Amino acid sequence: MDSILEGFKKALFLIFNLDRELLGIILLSLKVSGTALIISSVLGLLAGALTGLKKFPGRGIIMTILNTFMGLPPVVVGLFVYLLLSRRGPFGFMALLYTPSAMIIAQCILAFPIVAALSHSAIIKIDPLIKQASLTLGATPFQVTTAMIREARYGIMAGIIAALGRVMAEVGAILIVGGNIAGYTRVMTTTIALETDKGNFELALALGIILLMISLIINMALYLIQKKGALQT
Amino acid sequence: MGLTLSISRVYKSYDGKPVLKDCSFSFEKSGTYVLTGPNGSGKSTLFRICTLLEETDRGDVNYFSGGAAVVKTIELRRRITLLLPKVGVFNTTVFKNVAYGLMIRGINRDEVTERVIKALDFVGLVHKKNQKALTLSSGEMQRLGIARAMVVEPEILFLDEPTASVDQENTEILEDIILRMKRMGRSIVVITTHDMNQAKRLADWLLLMKDGKIVPG
Repeated sequence: MDSILEGFKKALFLIFNLDRELLGIILLSLKVSGTALIISSVLGLLAGALTGLKKFPGRGIIMTILNTFMGLPPVVVGLFVYLLLSRRGPFGFMALLYTPSAMIIAQCILAFPIVAALSHSAIIKIDPLIKQASLTLGATPFQVTTAMIREARYGIMAGIIAALGRVMAEVGAILIVGGNIAGYTRVMTTTIALETDKGNFELALALGIILLMISLIINMALYLIQKKGALQT
Repeated sequence: MGLTLSISRVYKSYDGKPVLKDCSFSFEKSGTYVLTGPNGSGKSTLFRICTLLEETDRGDVNYFSGGAAVVKTIELRRRITLLLPKVGVFNTTVFKNVAYGLMIRGINRDEVTERVIKALDFVGLVHKKNQKALTLSSGEMQRLGIARAMVVEPEILFLDEPTASVDQENTEILEDIILRMKRMGRSIVVITTHDMNQAKRLADWLLLMKDGKIVPG
């Protein structure tokens, strides 16, 4: 118990003194997860809008695959990306393995189905009268699509925040493809795993506290968005 | 000379059941045309075809301007507007709902504000311009729908059962709005209703939908 309390004290000391190593790890985490989130949000929103607004053969199968991939085990994604990027893999010539780019790719694969499936779900719930209203007021097909996406904005934002929560907390995939190299691919979750193994709890706890705070902020944002959305529907 | 509409021998069926049977009519003079007929007589189908939301099985729907036929493009769709019996309201403020049709036409912000305020004032909703549109009553939503339709100044405005889902008080308000629009007399307004008394109050030309055809009322 004493060692845990001692660990907390040292962790708080690191946080309040803006420890250089700690800050570097946090910034890299935010950079990797933020980039992955932006890419997967753009692609996921496009996929969600396409499957939500257009009827085409195979749409049901695509949605089933997306829904299944929402629960992809991160280690499986890590293994898959590793095999693609390893020297003998099809993209080995790009030399991306054990780089932040490889971590971003892995996180994109984890986040994309969440954004796509939740965007699709939000868009198909929009009242068909909205589409008719846009059309009868003289909207072009593109303007009708943007009107539908704007109507689904709260559901789409909830999907993006859920994806952020997933990538920020993820460890398995980025450990495999990033390699946990100090100062280069070491992020919050992989540092916690490593430092806990070494029995160095101060840094692990400090990062754990920050990760929890980020998770809390994400969930509060999600709650507020859902509340606002519920109030307006 | 503004936009005119001519429908010629329009036929439309659903699942093999004909709704419109060689329906023909020309809407040429400015004023209010009221189309009556029982539910299911094809009034709404005709409106959807006239506003290019649906295709005919056969027959022609043609718009003319200055004697020349107008090609059915987005430019034509922006010269006509349809208000459905249930208004599809965007999840935003009353002001932004009414501004939508102007914004998508790329009209500048100052003009949008001026025209939206004028339209909201016309339907008695200017005091609610910053209110969330989804919190309006059904009668107020219908008034919002009229403001949203008229703010784009359509040359032909279709109002499909505008008072079907509102109470007596709002019906009177909506009728008053339509009568004031009629007095402005700038465009063709086509209204459907199954209330014959209302039809007589509003119409310059009374029409009846019978056996899938339009006949003088």
